[in-house]
Amino acid sequence: MLTQGNCLMNIRPFGWIALTLWTCSAAAANDPYPSTYRPAASTPTLIRNATVLDGAGRRFDGADVLIRDGKIVAVGPGLPGGDATEVDAKGRWVTPGLIDVHSHLGVYASPGIGATDDGNEATSPVTAAVWAEHSVWPQDPGFATALAGGVTTLQVLPGSANLIGGRGVTLRNVPATTYQAMKFPGAPHGLKMACGENPKRVYGERTQAPSTRMGNVAGYRQAFADAQDYQRQQRKYEAELAAYEKKKERDRDPAERPTPPKRDLQLETLVAAMDGKIQVHVHCYRVDEMAVMLDMAREFGFRIAAFHHGVEAYKLAERLAQEGVCGALWADWWGFKLEAYDGIWENLAYVDAPANGCAIVHSDSEEGIQRLNQETAKAMTRGNRAGLVIPPERAIRWVTSNAARSLGIADRVGTLEPGKAADVVIWNRDPFSVYALADLVYIDGAVAFDRSRPPATPPSDFLLGQPGAAR
Amino acid sequence: MNRLHRLPLLSCAIALLACTSAGAQDVLIRNAQVHTLTPQGTLERSDVRVRNGRVVEIGSSLPPGAGTTIIEANGRPLTPGLFGGITGLGVTEIEAESVTVDSSAFSGERTDGFLARPEFDATPAFNADAVAIGVNRAEGITFAMIAPNASGTLFAGQGAVARFDGSADPFVAASRTQFLDMGAAATDGVGYSRAAQIMLLQQATREATPGKPLQAGDVRLLTPTGREVLARYLAGGRMAFAVDSAPDIRHVLAYAAGHGVKPVIIGGAQAPQVAAMLAQARVPVVLEPLLNLPGEFDHIGATLENAARLHRAGVPIMFTHFSAGTNTAHKVRQGAGVAVAHGLPWDAALAALTSTPADVFGLGTGAGRIAPGSPADLVLWSGDPLDVTSFAEQVWIGGKSQSMRSRQTELRDRYRPQGAALPAAGP
Repeated sequence: MLTQGNCLMNIRPFGWIALTLWTCSAAAANDPYPSTYRPAASTPTLIRNATVLDGAGRRFDGADVLIRDGKIVAVGPGLPGGDATEVDAKGRWVTPGLIDVHSHLGVYASPGIGATDDGNEATSPVTAAVWAEHSVWPQDPGFATALAGGVTTLQVLPGSANLIGGRGVTLRNVPATTYQAMKFPGAPHGLKMACGENPKRVYGERTQAPSTRMGNVAGYRQAFADAQDYQRQQRKYEAELAAYEKKKERDRDPAERPTPPKRDLQLETLVAAMDGKIQVHVHCYRVDEMAVMLDMAREFGFRIAAFHHGVEAYKLAERLAQEGVCGALWADWWGFKLEAYDGIWENLAYVDAPANGCAIVHSDSEEGIQRLNQETAKAMTRGNRAGLVIPPERAIRWVTSNAARSLGIADRVGTLEPGKAADVVIWNRDPFSVYALADLVYIDGAVAFDRSRPPATPPSDFLLGQPGAAR
Repeated sequence: MNRLHRLPLLSCAIALLACTSAGAQDVLIRNAQVHTLTPQGTLERSDVRVRNGRVVEIGSSLPPGAGTTIIEANGRPLTPGLFGGITGLGVTEIEAESVTVDSSAFSGERTDGFLARPEFDATPAFNADAVAIGVNRAEGITFAMIAPNASGTLFAGQGAVARFDGSADPFVAASRTQFLDMGAAATDGVGYSRAAQIMLLQQATREATPGKPLQAGDVRLLTPTGREVLARYLAGGRMAFAVDSAPDIRHVLAYAAGHGVKPVIIGGAQAPQVAAMLAQARVPVVLEPLLNLPGEFDHIGATLENAARLHRAGVPIMFTHFSAGTNTAHKVRQGAGVAVAHGLPWDAALAALTSTPADVFGLGTGAGRIAPGSPADLVLWSGDPLDVTSFAEQVWIGGKSQSMRSRQTELRDRYRPQGAALPAAGP
């Protein structure tokens, strides 16, 4: 009671995940804040005799995993390793690196004080122009603790104070002094939107729009209507420019060269969402509001990658599956506000149940991100108790390949299929246990965390030299 | 045993809910892995007999009496009911909706200076029918501290331990505790200074101390009722201090020793730094076992090994859960398992959820244990009680079988996907 609930009362990022699979290279090429991430040096590695959950729905017992040049080469029994360093994993389990689609590490960093309160630009209900990456503090100690929990990739989102909170960024979970050195190369941005109580409370208390749910919807719609207008201006300019450039050199009058419309960062983001270049992630708890958002997405021609938090997603599971929308959910959070009152343990399992169902375990928490495996275990257990059949090789998808799908990076990470990045966790036992610990975490084939060799000093500069934090 | 008796008894065990809804009849739980929390330790394949709300006998092949409800545990674990930690269960329905929150005498937005109301008592607001109580009880939580919320001031007021037996007044009289909120999280009412907290605590204590007569015209912190109430706690009562930093814990220990107060530390992120002092004074710590980040400066140095380190030093520990809110108090069980994964002996983790809180909060002989004479507050688990892949199969409080249904199971069943098989009822 005395200190509880502070993360619930903050308006934290309750967002959206998207699941488009189209190419992200265009976004990367145009990125003025490009990734400088380079994989750490890796050696060929052969993990021997593990129980492997490959993230694509398969389980291999007594299998090997071969890693070379930072990529998965093969999974199977008795692989020839050649010069590869062998890691004996007998009795241990191997999964893909875990992916959290909903984090605020770096933007709501520890310590949680005014100076680090960088997650919500709560000064206007539509702030599509802001990018979460420009708030990310790479020294947040939470990155290292998440890595110890097997998290290799995470999406950092703006908070949920606003109807449209801004762009999220997908990061590799490596120590760095700049966020660009963590930025997942080529990953599309996310767009964070928020339904329900948070925006209407934040702005309603200031006696400004929105103060109601209908005000919320009017706010999104006007923003996208403005974006449509901007999109038309863009298209018109592009057509005029093309026509101009089509002219023969001697027929061109430089004075007649079309002038591009003034850049509007807000509308650029929304247009990119409508063009499918940004994955749309919607913080939305209630089933009726999710249905409104699905209609609105159709009205303006964008796709929703995922509903985040979605404690009532189980009431809409069939439709979400049909429309290819993921549910990024908690295992057991409920009841801290009215729109979370109908949360049930079986939410993830029910969303997973239909054909093409896409369930994702997310954290929205610096605590929860450290044990996504346990959250998955809880949801799997309750689903099985409710009469569904969810083996571990199915449930692991909720924190690996399904998460990658919603972030638009499923061609790169999320499974142990050949050619994928060698993001790998070796667990000391079945990861779906409270006692499971990550022994080794690889990112792009390089050891990023080794439990047997804890760092002599804290990875975070903030904790370095703090008496009592020396570990 | 008589086969003719056995058949109807077994069918009773299969249809457990129907069988036990009549109330506190005799119960025989057979073939359980009994975690006694006594020097007897864990008893494999043992039977536990419950009569008149208490455990009366533990042994093997105990004969059922007439009318006894038999539960076949099939080797599954049986533990005492779990302690849900320091919670607002029953006084908070939905944390974000102030009209459903009765845990504080003050508004969190108050800016009108310091208020000291140690006489505030959260327990009269308790609602035994709160949805969150049913949810948590079905997760094996049978008792919890119902605590007031300080809302940014020093004295939060009084709380007590409730047993979730459904009665309107489920509070254990001996468990009454005065709560104080100190340290960085509790300074907005006191000029943002923890030194001011100490000053005000000393002044309030002086006002409430017999033999320190007040003078007309004194500037007083406490009301006459507040002085009476605080005086009762100063006469050997229990005061719980929400503090995290090592310096603050030292102040609390000095204060408690100087005034004959029984202190309890809540939080204690840096408690391992002063573990020897805590152990020597036998001061218990209610800790959040999942806390390992410096969310506050006072948390710097907290690790997932905190529980193990305190236990090793001889400090009595208990668990509470903060981050997912009071309605998810049952997450203490997962936290205990995480503490085990980080070095805490398994038995010590279970004790932190059962016998230790029962002892610290004065629940009486045998409480938090399974021994002849213990209150029959019991949980039969599907597997390891500390693991996330286990769940409570059946809960008894005072020997009475508790409903394993809640608003959440109603929603689960209303929206069950087609093709999902109905699970078997009961253990």
